[in-house]
Amino acid sequence: MHEMGIANSVLEAVRTEMGLHPGTYPCKVGVRIGEMAAIDQDALRFCFEAIVHETDLEALELGIEVCPRRHRCQLCGCEFVVHDYDSRCPQCASLATTCISGDELELAYLEVEEYGPSAVGAKSTQ
Amino acid sequence: MDRVPLERKVLSENDRIAAELRARFLEHGILCVNLISSPGSGKTSLLERTLETLPRHDRVAVLTGDIQTENDANRLKRFHFPVKQITTGGTCHLDARMIERHLADWKLEDLDLLLIENVGNLVCPASYDLGEAAKIVVLSVTEGEDKPLKYPSIFFKSDLLVLNKIDLLPYVPFDIEAAAENARKVHPGMEIVKVSCLTGNGLHEWMMWLSERRRACKPLAKNTAS
Repeated sequence: MHEMGIANSVLEAVRTEMGLHPGTYPCKVGVRIGEMAAIDQDALRFCFEAIVHETDLEALELGIEVCPRRHRCQLCGCEFVVHDYDSRCPQCASLATTCISGDELELAYLEVEEYGPSAVGAKSTQ
Repeated sequence: MDRVPLERKVLSENDRIAAELRARFLEHGILCVNLISSPGSGKTSLLERTLETLPRHDRVAVLTGDIQTENDANRLKRFHFPVKQITTGGTCHLDARMIERHLADWKLEDLDLLLIENVGNLVCPASYDLGEAAKIVVLSVTEGEDKPLKYPSIFFKSDLLVLNKIDLLPYVPFDIEAAAENARKVHPGMEIVKVSCLTGNGLHEWMMWLSERRRACKPLAKNTAS
């Protein structure tokens, strides 16, 4: 259960990034998680909601994109998604394939909105 | 609404420290390995047998992680190599900062091999780079042969699988060939050694693996220095 640490790291990154965008507030942060990254999505959401609760970032949404495990065939160059651990090339049946993704634990994007005239100065993300 | 691309690792701070550690290990020609398993698979026993086999003058040190107690460090200290316990106080894995902090008063120029025993957990340690040259996963025959399929991440990221407690094979319904096959489904070509830390069976292969990796570390250090 290391999702709390992961959620904290995501939030720290949001706060750092917000320093670069004065006059805006964050709406949504997007992360990419590979299916081989050993991260439980539900646990991550739960932890994220728990740490933003009753803070200035309470409304911040977490977007999770799950990335499948993909391999590239060393013989024919075919790139394919691995299902049920079957890493054989679907094109030429070679077993000489290399993993190219599926291990991600990355920050993808941050959506920010400008404060409306009435909200200026009312909120701070720092 | 503006969308700002971030495009960096979530654990970029951990990865930054891990990269610094890796560079220091490389500079000093140190092989660092990170042992990971469920609690009770035999990481500490494997380290005991390893330290027992190594010559007294060997330049080896051990960092051993647990949530509580100094028990593992106490077990390993009797071999007279430098050993430090990392007590995480609740955290279910070691991270690079803990390694950096616990290495602070050891001279890296006095070491050739750093053995790290992670907290007993087959999930979380997989996400944290410690600057090691290789992760090693230990699986014992009292667990299930489908562990690699249930916890693929750590088997995928480890260079070596140590199948431990093979002395118990006559007494447990564990299909060792199926376990190896499952590990290689997740990680094609994965190296596997079968050992019993109790009888010593198979430990020669483990020590051979370790010494080959140590040899491979040395020329790299020389190249960097020249």
